[in-house]
Amino acid sequence: MNLSKILKNIFLIMVASIVLTACATQKKSTGKMQGDVYTGKDTVKYLASGVADRVFFATNETVLTTASRDTLRKQATWLRKNSKINVVLEGHADERGTREYNLALGERRANSAKDYLMTYGISSSRISVLSYGKERPVDSGSNPLAWSKNRRSVTVKAN
Amino acid sequence: MLFRYLLLLFFLLPVKSFGLIEVDITRGNLSPLPIAISPLSIDEQSKESFKKILKKENIGSEISLVVENNLKQSGLFNPLDKNAFLQKPDIANLKPRFEDWNLIKAQALVTGKVTLVDEKLRVEFRLWDVLAGKEMMALAFTTVPTNWRRVGHIITDKVYKRLTGEKGYFDTRIIYVSEEGPKTNRIKKLAIMDQDGFNNKFLTLGNELVLTPRFNPTNQMVTYLSYFRNLPRVYLLDIETGLQEVVGDFPGMTFAPRFSPDGKKIIMSFAEGGNSDIYTMDLENRIVERITNHPSIDTSPSYSPDGKYICFNSDRSGYQQIYIMNSNGKNVKRISFGNGLYGTPVWSPRGDLIAFTKLHKGKFYIGVMRTDGSGERLLTENFYQEAPSWSPNGRVLIFYRETKTNSKGEGFSAKLWSIDLTGYNEKLVETETDASDPSWSSLLTN
Repeated sequence: MNLSKILKNIFLIMVASIVLTACATQKKSTGKMQGDVYTGKDTVKYLASGVADRVFFATNETVLTTASRDTLRKQATWLRKNSKINVVLEGHADERGTREYNLALGERRANSAKDYLMTYGISSSRISVLSYGKERPVDSGSNPLAWSKNRRSVTVKAN
Repeated sequence: MLFRYLLLLFFLLPVKSFGLIEVDITRGNLSPLPIAISPLSIDEQSKESFKKILKKENIGSEISLVVENNLKQSGLFNPLDKNAFLQKPDIANLKPRFEDWNLIKAQALVTGKVTLVDEKLRVEFRLWDVLAGKEMMALAFTTVPTNWRRVGHIITDKVYKRLTGEKGYFDTRIIYVSEEGPKTNRIKKLAIMDQDGFNNKFLTLGNELVLTPRFNPTNQMVTYLSYFRNLPRVYLLDIETGLQEVVGDFPGMTFAPRFSPDGKKIIMSFAEGGNSDIYTMDLENRIVERITNHPSIDTSPSYSPDGKYICFNSDRSGYQQIYIMNSNGKNVKRISFGNGLYGTPVWSPRGDLIAFTKLHKGKFYIGVMRTDGSGERLLTENFYQEAPSWSPNGRVLIFYRETKTNSKGEGFSAKLWSIDLTGYNEKLVETETDASDPSWSSLLTN
C-alpha cells in the first residue's frame, strides 16, 4: 500500500465520519423534539387511557411522522369501539408564518390526520375539520420548542 | 352613520396655479419643509357656541392641531412651533406679513377662520407661499360641527396635494382587528378609526374570533373572516347598518377575502380536503367562480387596480411564493424568485408595485417589487410583521408587528406600524388596544 492510497483511505474515513456526525446532529433528540417535530408529552391530553389526542408536524410540513401515525391508529381503534362519538380535528400552525397561509396550512394538517383515520376505517361523516391557523397556540413562547408544540392537529370529541 | 356626513364644498376663489414651492416625495425626505400652521381664527361668539356644542375651548386651534399632526406624521413637513409666531391668527389670515414668517424660516403658511353659520361649522383656509409672498390656495367648507376633525383632515389633503402634487391620504380610516387577552386565547374584535387613531369604534363584540377585515371601494362595506359558531367563513358587514351576512354557501372554510376594484365581487380562498383554491363570488347574482384549480395552497388574492389581474400566494413550487394571473385564472406566472418565503401580496393603488411579506432566515420583512417581480426592495426587518395595506395614494404602507415573548412566554404584543414607500418614516400607529390586520380605506371625499 503506497502513501497516496493510505492518504486516500484516511480522507475517505474522515469524510465518512463528518457525514455520520452531521446525521447524528440532525437526528439528535433534545428530549422533546426530533428534528423539529415535538415528541414530548407536556401539552398532550388523552381521549382515553393510552390514546393521545394530538399529533405534531415539522415546520411548513403536513406529512405524518411514524409517531403520529401510531397515535392516529390508536385513535382509530378507540373510535371504532366508540362508534357514537364524532370528532373535530383542529389543525394549527406556529406563529412563524403569515396569517392567511397558516389558516390553509392548519386545514391541510387536520386533513392529513383525517385521511389517515379514514384509511383505518373511520367514516368521514364522523370527522369534521377546523383550522385555527396561528390563532390558538398552546405555548405562548417564541422559541423552536414552543413552535413545535403549536404545529399540531388535535382530535376533539364533538359530542 | 359614519358615512352619512354631507360635506358641502364652496370654493371661495378659484385655485391659482403658480408653480411655487414643491415638496419632493420620491426620495426619503431628510429635510422636511418648514411650514407654519397658524391657529384658525375665531370670533368670540362662535367660540362660545362651539364650546357648548363640542366641549372644546377653542375649535380653531383644535382643527389646526389636526392639520399640524397630520403633516408632521407624513415626515415631509416640519410644522413650526406656534410660540414663535409673531402675527395674530385673524390678521395673518387677511394679509400675512411675510417678513415675519420668513424670519422664523417658514416656507409655507396655513391660515384660516372658523365661524358658526346656521348651526353649521364654516371653515375657510388659505395656503401661502412665504418666500414668493403669494397665496397658493383658498378654500372653504361648511359641515356639521361634529365633523371638525374631518375638516382638519381635508385641509391636510388639500395642502399635501398642493405642495407635493400628489393626492393625500388623511381623510381616511383604518379598519383593523383589536386584540386583548393572553396569547393562547386572544379576544378579537373588528374596530375602525380615523387614520390618525381618533374616533375609534368597535364593530363586533368579541364573542367570536374575527380576522382580516378589508374595505370595499366606497368604504361602506367590510369583508372579513369570522369564526361564528366555529364555522370559519367569509362575511360581509355593512358598517352603517351593522348587518352581517355569510358570503356564499361553501361546505368548508372560506378565508383571505378582498373586494374587486369595482366592489362587485369578493375574491377569497376556499379550503376543502386539505386544498385551498381561489374563488370569486359576484355580490349581485351570487354566482361563484373557481379561479385556481391546483393541489397546492393558493391564497391571499389581491386584484390589480384595473381589475385585469390577480396577484396571490401559492406553495405550488414547494414553498410560499408570489404569483400573478389574469382575473379569469389563466396565464399563471411566478414573480418572486429571491431567497426565502413570500406571502400576502397586495397590489398598489397606482398599479405599478406589489407589497408583500417575506420570511428569510428567521426574520420577517415588508417589501415591494414591481409587478413582474423585478426591483425587489425590503423596507423593514423585524422578528414578526406581515400584512401590508396601502394608503390610497400608494405612498405609505400600514402593517402589524408582533413581539417576541421572553423565556416564560410573557411580553407578547401586537401593534400597527406604518412606513413610507421610501423605507423612511417608520411609525407606531397608536391604538387603544393591541391591534393587527390593518386595512386602509380610500379617500372618504374626493
